[in-house]
Amino acid sequence: MEKVDYNYAIVRSFVTWSIIWGVVAVLVGVIVSLQMVDPDLNFPPYLTFGRLRPIHTNAGIYGWGVGSIFATFLFIVQRLCKVPLWSNGLAKFQLWFFNATIIASAVTLLLGYTTSKEYHEMEWPIDVMIVILWVAFAINIIMTILKRKDEQMYISLWYMMASLVGVAILFLVNSAAEPVSLFKSYSAYAGTNDANVHWWFGHNAVAMALTAPPLAMFYYFLPKSTGVPIYSHRLSIVAFWSLIFMYLWTGAHHLLWTPVPDWIQTLAMGFSVMLIAPSWGSVFNGYLSMNGQWHQMRENYLVKFLILGITFYGLQTLQGPMQAVRTFSAFIHYTDWVPAHIHMGTMGWVSMIAFGSIYYLTPRIYGKQLYSIPLANLHFWLILIGQLIWSISLWVAGVLQAGMWNAMNPDGSLTYTFMETMVEMYPYWWARAIGGVIYFIGVLVFIYNLVKTVGKGDEESSEQALAEGRA
Amino acid sequence: MWEKRPVIFLVLATAAILVGTIVTMVLPFAWVNTDADRIEGVKPYTALQQEGRDVYIREGCNNCHSQTVRPLVSDVLRYGEYSKSGEFVYDRPFLWGSKRTGPDLARLGGKYPDEWHYKHMESPRSMVPKTNMPDYGWLADNQLDPHMIQRKMEVLDFPFTADEIKGLNGKNEMDAMVAYMQKLGSDIPWRQATETTIVGDLVNPYPNVDHATMEPWEEIYAANCAACHGEHLEGVIGPELVGEAYDEETLFTLIYTGIQDGGMPSFASLGTDKVWKLVNFIKYYNQGENH
Repeated sequence: MEKVDYNYAIVRSFVTWSIIWGVVAVLVGVIVSLQMVDPDLNFPPYLTFGRLRPIHTNAGIYGWGVGSIFATFLFIVQRLCKVPLWSNGLAKFQLWFFNATIIASAVTLLLGYTTSKEYHEMEWPIDVMIVILWVAFAINIIMTILKRKDEQMYISLWYMMASLVGVAILFLVNSAAEPVSLFKSYSAYAGTNDANVHWWFGHNAVAMALTAPPLAMFYYFLPKSTGVPIYSHRLSIVAFWSLIFMYLWTGAHHLLWTPVPDWIQTLAMGFSVMLIAPSWGSVFNGYLSMNGQWHQMRENYLVKFLILGITFYGLQTLQGPMQAVRTFSAFIHYTDWVPAHIHMGTMGWVSMIAFGSIYYLTPRIYGKQLYSIPLANLHFWLILIGQLIWSISLWVAGVLQAGMWNAMNPDGSLTYTFMETMVEMYPYWWARAIGGVIYFIGVLVFIYNLVKTVGKGDEESSEQALAEGRA
Repeated sequence: MWEKRPVIFLVLATAAILVGTIVTMVLPFAWVNTDADRIEGVKPYTALQQEGRDVYIREGCNNCHSQTVRPLVSDVLRYGEYSKSGEFVYDRPFLWGSKRTGPDLARLGGKYPDEWHYKHMESPRSMVPKTNMPDYGWLADNQLDPHMIQRKMEVLDFPFTADEIKGLNGKNEMDAMVAYMQKLGSDIPWRQATETTIVGDLVNPYPNVDHATMEPWEEIYAANCAACHGEHLEGVIGPELVGEAYDEETLFTLIYTGIQDGGMPSFASLGTDKVWKLVNFIKYYNQGENH
């Protein structure tokens, strides 16, 4: 068998840096969760909730999320195409430019240079950097695919390519702005238009950056981990095309009951409910791939991460459409229910898949067996419990607050003032902070395990195993 | 065959993505911010207000405060008239937000006097004891940069005068923030339109109160009145209430409907029962009794 000179060095670097930014994201998350319960923990002007929260979200999405996408895609594309990367130089540039962009984002956000648009807060010079970064990544992936040895493109490559195009379109349109200075610009759109464009971006950034790529990882790493193929190719085709077609209609479900025209809201609501089908298409495809393999849930820690991950995807894509229905949104929107929903997606679905993928990658890119499987299991339980405490406490909080906001006296007046409802949130915000700390400890266990793995001296050479395609 | 042709695949995927995009994101530009939703009387921000808005953006206030009132009973009762598309034509970017850790601010303009905002921004907990809002008194230390603000007004194409820009000298970010707060949602005369009118006779449901009855009512006063009228009715931002000889009906009407030009918000959202308790509480204690 011909030996292919795969570039694993770049995968190693992206794994390392994505984890570093992931730690920053979780740590800042814990800090802002404590600021919610004690305002004395705000230290103006830089370390206030208003400035730190975007650093938490953007470090999570762009640092950890996109960083781990870079790491896994650069691995997957080489293996599926059976050729080395099109350009190692471009990949190296991408790595350093990625870190430069994340650092520039964190610094400018801390200094208060922000557009205020959720998940797209960075000012225009950093938008330019992100575009350059994405183009460099996309060229490398697409060129590698073009010179592939395997004619048939596997499912993961579809999701990767859709993500490359989707993110590019969304980001370019939503970035449009008129600069006033190097660090201040005004959106090209105003008011209701700006809101509608922004949530078209916001929701589909979730689709194209935090759904399609983890699905690409799932479709690749699940069969690799279990040793059995995906249940149905046909189901994956139907799920893929209907997912990328339907997602783009749903952005306005973030804007139900706002001045955005009703027909857009109604379309968003309808398509959101329809999205259950393609989402669960992938969930079922994953579950049914486990036919006869469920014992691996006990024996194989990789499967545990991946199957729990897809399970949270399934829950996320049932809860999401529910929230996208007008009546339910009227009740729950603007409460703490919403961050609970988001965190089930990020801490449960996306991160579980990314952790599982990195566990799969580590022995193969370092040529060393994992230091400790019991520690990987401990990591699994800590992040699972941390996330459940986080989300469940805030779902309860959200329902409680929504109930109090809507409570009315017999004379038609409101029962509670805003502050009376807010003070009820404190115990739940404490619980959330505790959930966050447990999750953070889980991440530290993960890092310890990886550091020990990489630091191991001995090794039966897995290089050979990799070359033989066994790994 | 698309599974073997990456270029065709990319074209098909782009097409799939563009259909929903064009219908729900591009098409609305034909209706939104046109004559279809224009509202007479909605004005661009003044230089000072716009700068306040930019400070609001810089400090990430939108992370905790929304700026859209939904056409839902509880939203309208709590915050005021629901928001309309035409009110936001000068908002670049929009600041509707997605979370109400603090209350919605879309109808904040004119609710409180300026002094309330200065005090509240400096120390939110001095006005609202259990709030988790951080202190923003330090904004008052930052002087405005009239040159930069002029540039912003030019980019936004908002009208301004040389005098207006000159007048920014000596003003600070807190002044700008308060000016912005007072503009929010006040371009349409919704307060006048929704003013409560009391119909029928007012009958005090608690005619014979004493110290013990009112013990639990003190909390209502402390939460809603004390910040402006003082813990002991001595007056702070709002006037002293000690010694005022109001009759019950007048006092009820004042609290329930507020005094629009005098900076006193309406407390109709408390409901008639709590307002009656306040009426009795104030009447009892402003005659020299100590609570």
